[in-house]
Amino acid sequence: MAIAPTGPGRPVALTSGSLSLASDGPVHPNEHAGHNPDFLWRNPEPRAAYDVVIVGGGLHGLSTAYHLAARHGITNVAVVERAWLGNGNAVRNTTVIRSNYLRDESAALYEHCLTLWETFAEALDYDILFSQRGILQLEHHRSEVRDGHRRIASNLLNGIDAEWLDLDDLARFCPILNLSPDVRYPVRGAALQRRGGIARHDAVVFALARAANRLGVDLIQNCEVTGFEKVGDRVTGVITTRGRIGAGRVGIVGAGRTPLLAAMAGFEVPIQSSPLQALVSEIVEPVLPCVIMSSAVHVYISQAHKGELVMGAGRDPYTSYAQRGSFHVLEDQMAAVLELFPIFSRIHLLRTWAGIVDVSPDASPIIGTTPIRELFVNCGWGTGGFKATPGAGWLLAHTIATGTPHALNAPFSLERFETGALIDEHGAAAVAH
Amino acid sequence: MKRRPDGGAIDRTRPIAFRFDGRLLTAFAGDTLASALLANGIAALGRSVTAGRPRGVMSAGLEEAHAFVQLGIGAESEPLVRATGVEVFDGLSAEGRITKGVLPGVPETARFEKRFAHCDVLVIGGGPAGLSAATTAAAGGARVILAETGSRLGGALLRDQEQMDGHPAAEWIAAAGLALRRQPEVRIMLRTTAMISLDQNGVVLVERVSGHLPATERTGLPDRRLWQVRAREIVLATGALERPLVFPDNDRPGVMLAAAVRTYLHQFALRPDRTVVFTTNDDAYRTALDLVAAGGTVAAVVDVRPGPAGDLPAAARAAGITIIDEAEVTGTEAGPDGVLSGVVISHDGAARMIPCDVLAVSGGWDPAIDLIHQVRAPTRWDDGIGAFVPVPGPGGRQVVGAASGALTLHAAVTSGHAAGVEAARRTGFETVAGPVPAVRLWREEAPRLVTRVPAPDGDESRSFVDLHRDVTVAGVLRATGAGIQSVEHLKRYTLTGTGVEQGRTAKVNAAAVAHTAIGLPPGGTTSSARPPIEPISFGTMAGRATGPRFDPVRTPPAHDAQAAAGAVFETVGQWQRARYFPTPGEALAEAVVRECRAVRTGVGIMDASTLGKIDVQGPDAAEFLERLYMNRVANLKPGRARYAAMAHLDGSLFDDGVIMRLAADRFFVTTSTSHAGPVMDWMEEWLQTEWPGLKVWLTSITEQWTTLAVAGPSARTVLEAAGTDLDLSREAFPFMAVRTGRVGGFDAQVARVSFSGELAFEVSVPGYDGAALWAALVAAGAGQGITPYGLEALSVLRAEKGYLIVGQDTEPDTTASDAGLGWMIKADRDYIGKRALGRRDFQRPDRYQVVGFRADGPVMEGSQLVSDPSGARPIPIAGSVSTSHWSGALGVHFGLARVKGGRARIGETLQAHDGARSVPVVLADPVLYDREGLRRDG
Repeated sequence: MAIAPTGPGRPVALTSGSLSLASDGPVHPNEHAGHNPDFLWRNPEPRAAYDVVIVGGGLHGLSTAYHLAARHGITNVAVVERAWLGNGNAVRNTTVIRSNYLRDESAALYEHCLTLWETFAEALDYDILFSQRGILQLEHHRSEVRDGHRRIASNLLNGIDAEWLDLDDLARFCPILNLSPDVRYPVRGAALQRRGGIARHDAVVFALARAANRLGVDLIQNCEVTGFEKVGDRVTGVITTRGRIGAGRVGIVGAGRTPLLAAMAGFEVPIQSSPLQALVSEIVEPVLPCVIMSSAVHVYISQAHKGELVMGAGRDPYTSYAQRGSFHVLEDQMAAVLELFPIFSRIHLLRTWAGIVDVSPDASPIIGTTPIRELFVNCGWGTGGFKATPGAGWLLAHTIATGTPHALNAPFSLERFETGALIDEHGAAAVAH
Repeated sequence: MKRRPDGGAIDRTRPIAFRFDGRLLTAFAGDTLASALLANGIAALGRSVTAGRPRGVMSAGLEEAHAFVQLGIGAESEPLVRATGVEVFDGLSAEGRITKGVLPGVPETARFEKRFAHCDVLVIGGGPAGLSAATTAAAGGARVILAETGSRLGGALLRDQEQMDGHPAAEWIAAAGLALRRQPEVRIMLRTTAMISLDQNGVVLVERVSGHLPATERTGLPDRRLWQVRAREIVLATGALERPLVFPDNDRPGVMLAAAVRTYLHQFALRPDRTVVFTTNDDAYRTALDLVAAGGTVAAVVDVRPGPAGDLPAAARAAGITIIDEAEVTGTEAGPDGVLSGVVISHDGAARMIPCDVLAVSGGWDPAIDLIHQVRAPTRWDDGIGAFVPVPGPGGRQVVGAASGALTLHAAVTSGHAAGVEAARRTGFETVAGPVPAVRLWREEAPRLVTRVPAPDGDESRSFVDLHRDVTVAGVLRATGAGIQSVEHLKRYTLTGTGVEQGRTAKVNAAAVAHTAIGLPPGGTTSSARPPIEPISFGTMAGRATGPRFDPVRTPPAHDAQAAAGAVFETVGQWQRARYFPTPGEALAEAVVRECRAVRTGVGIMDASTLGKIDVQGPDAAEFLERLYMNRVANLKPGRARYAAMAHLDGSLFDDGVIMRLAADRFFVTTSTSHAGPVMDWMEEWLQTEWPGLKVWLTSITEQWTTLAVAGPSARTVLEAAGTDLDLSREAFPFMAVRTGRVGGFDAQVARVSFSGELAFEVSVPGYDGAALWAALVAAGAGQGITPYGLEALSVLRAEKGYLIVGQDTEPDTTASDAGLGWMIKADRDYIGKRALGRRDFQRPDRYQVVGFRADGPVMEGSQLVSDPSGARPIPIAGSVSTSHWSGALGVHFGLARVKGGRARIGETLQAHDGARSVPVVLADPVLYDREGLRRDG
């Protein structure tokens, strides 16, 4: 099992003028590809029909298929993916996992997800490098301190771990964090969720795909859905670039492309899609023991197991399906990182990319039924879908298998935008929606 | 390799002292760190990431997969810098750390800058194609920027011994460079790498300004400069990258790219003793020929093709070089230090060993087109050269020379020349281009694509596909065996291409091995190249936006006057605002009580200038504001003001402020401080995208005006004492009236609005009069004991009156009704958010509503309200505390909170829980002070 590069409070060793937590030594096997298994999946031709067809082979789609098979015994399932499994936000996100949301409904949902993460590696029989290294939300402004205390109090009442770190605590928890008062927006403290952390996104894709495949699910790649077949108001199949596939039930798990799929199926989802950029540095020795988020300077950062620093920031302000963003957003993000970690000045931006985030009007997801019978949808996770991978699939699988939403996802219905029963989480994301 | 006594582009009169792994070494000016290490006999400079095998310099440029170092010491220590791109200087220090860097323990000392530029033609690459393009484009007067990543112009000509117009190529390079430098509209940028392609012909360049200089010569210079160039036309002349060959033990120090061996020979006077060349194409014969011409020994050229008969193989034969055709290198041998000592050649079914110190390999050439991959421009697999080549695209961008897949010098100069003419023409310049230089057109035969030489014993766990990430053929086949068919999965399963060089030389071979294994042709796809081309330091990206320059500091015009009055400032967004004005030795709480008392019983003054101010003008201004605000605006008379609020599309409160009508077609609209920008953007978005037909003009005037609030029973007296031509009487100047006149000697706009509940005048003057107005009003109020008050006192005063702050006392989904502003919502007309407000759940009585509370002790803002905090979690949350203060006027702890169904629960006691402790609070009407509103008229 993977471990964080350093634990909370462990001092940073200064060696020959450079910061390093580890000396040269034997290479930890997890620093590389992890323990990828000898076999992942078959590459079957699509059958004429399935009990359930999941449209979208991202993490949530794979998780849905896995949970349909593993929890509900529904194994005559196909996942159809227009490109390769996980090619959307699954491999473009910054792998942050936490459950410290504000609203009761959200807290219950994300805590369900986090609880599943805690046993996910075992369930999937795969080292997904899940690491509960702790996640810090830095508070710079007095208004943020108030919000931080509010979040902590609310989390604790909801049974979610949360604590306040003052500057002394912070200096111990993350020794390289710049806590100087002589910066533009000095840090005043932080809300910590110790059970938060990261996992390796590629490993989760492989793990879920392998587990679903083992249970009999057909993973069909390079298979784009171009239409839905309906009889009356009931869906009966999907039209794809690899032919028609009949379906008893269909789940749309299309993230940013969900509005396009919904339009094909004949209903609307109130989703706005826009680019969100992320980046990694080159591999450096372990220096960052936790996940750090800051809304004030606007960046979130962690260090992956291999050693890259992984960062994300604000989304581009315009609507787009193009998976690339604006350069100035990256410039601002780098400046923000240097506010928190001036010693990162000579670290390099190695690769940058953009994903398309699907943001709903209340910044909460949609998991449930649609106006089309036997057609279900999961979307609207915006910037935070990775953390929900186990729970989102668990809940959509439950909804598809039983035809009825689970109590946990019932509040996250599509109808709430008509009734007004919103679950507003604009304040909860690190990213300004 | 050994340094020769003469030749090369190094300056032997200028020795350089540098350190590597702590050892003091010497080189010459003109050396790269890579050539300097080779000259010092350092063949292996580190060990590989997983296999732990020794690795050495394998290229002379961007292809490098091994030679990365931790460059510099202290604050300027930089991880994973490519040694083939580092120019040595006196005092340089580096450590061989080829896969993992370390962080400097101290903050940055160098400076990084940014520039923006526009040009007609941006030429990327200063080799023969780029120089030709720049020369012809510039001939007609086009503004040209030529960006070259190296320290000299010439590109591939620096390694190839070609003649141009009958003279050595160096003369042509020098002449072309000189001619370009003489053109006033041409900028030649050396040490400048095109890193990122943006849409609409934008390119991000990084210029290395002073990092190659000794520390003493860097004074005053930035280390690097980041350029954003917007070009009407781009000519991409980035050349091609040589591809290694995959065979057992192909990673040893001493195995080098064939053209790189020529570079080391001609540029750095470094020559192996004994070389074997292993090639799939004619170009590598140049290496054999040049080595022999320089007195070296070429043991053999091993060519995978049968009977190579092009001009270059013929020349090699003529030079007495042994050519072994239809042969392969199937292994290498090494000495105890792991450095190459010989190669195993398989030919005609027999294997034999040939001793050598360098194996020069060439698996073909990949056009360097990652820049156009970045903007998703199409490429195609070309069987002729066995590589991906660009597909000619729409106007605005041309790819020339080797980057286009045309690998000869002849193609470079002709295509560069033509592209320069075309780029000039497209940008409106007629070019009188000179002739294309005459170069020899070598007859070359087609290369043969060999992406993997099978291991004779079947063990392909030492046949490296990705040399940087230690991915082998065996690793790739394990991936395809696992079911992987996509190159993107291959990347993620094997980590091919995830190294610091993004697997530049690995991707084609890795994809070909995988594709072959699953029965596909070798081309197909490669994993996408992600920006940037080479790593860019965070400091370069941030530029000067660090430390105090991270975000602008905004101060209102009367800032200094408040500082002189003893203000303690607080950062609110970008603004510095006065939080309180302590007297000597006075604590915050005491100051707040004193400042509040002054406003409630005498008079206070505060700077309200940070409130957003928008000048809305035009014949449709009233109609425009009616659509945006929930309130009526059309019936507002000139000279009157109205408290107003606007909603988002979903019906939630966006912002509140005061709309003052100055004339039939002119309004002065205020916003909260934090929403000044968003409201302005919101107005512009609706005006420009949805209602372009409305005749309305918007101007942000937040920073152009100073607004000082004079509040308290004695406010009228102070203004009169300051001198005014306005009639301030209750009758002439009623509440929510706005007038223009003279105050304290200044032209002013005066509004009778109040955020404290007391009689108040907000006096607005142009910003340049702001400080003087502060002084005048303070002087005029001296007799009344006028007291400056800050944000903290204001928050107490407004909360006592139940006035909320949108964003603090509201949630993102709080509606006007939830906030107690339901009276604003008009049913008889439409406005943004109206339709959403009609939704079923918005009428529920148990929504979170803003109420007041009283408590016997202090309550922490952010506390959660629950009936009983002691039960098992989760505990249902009834609400939360958004504002909490001590009221000196009422003698009670009090505040505002959002509570489920709160208005029906007034009088109920709840527990305010801050995570550790609970304080009982009694819910109350939000207006705790002067409920009748008698005090606002003074």
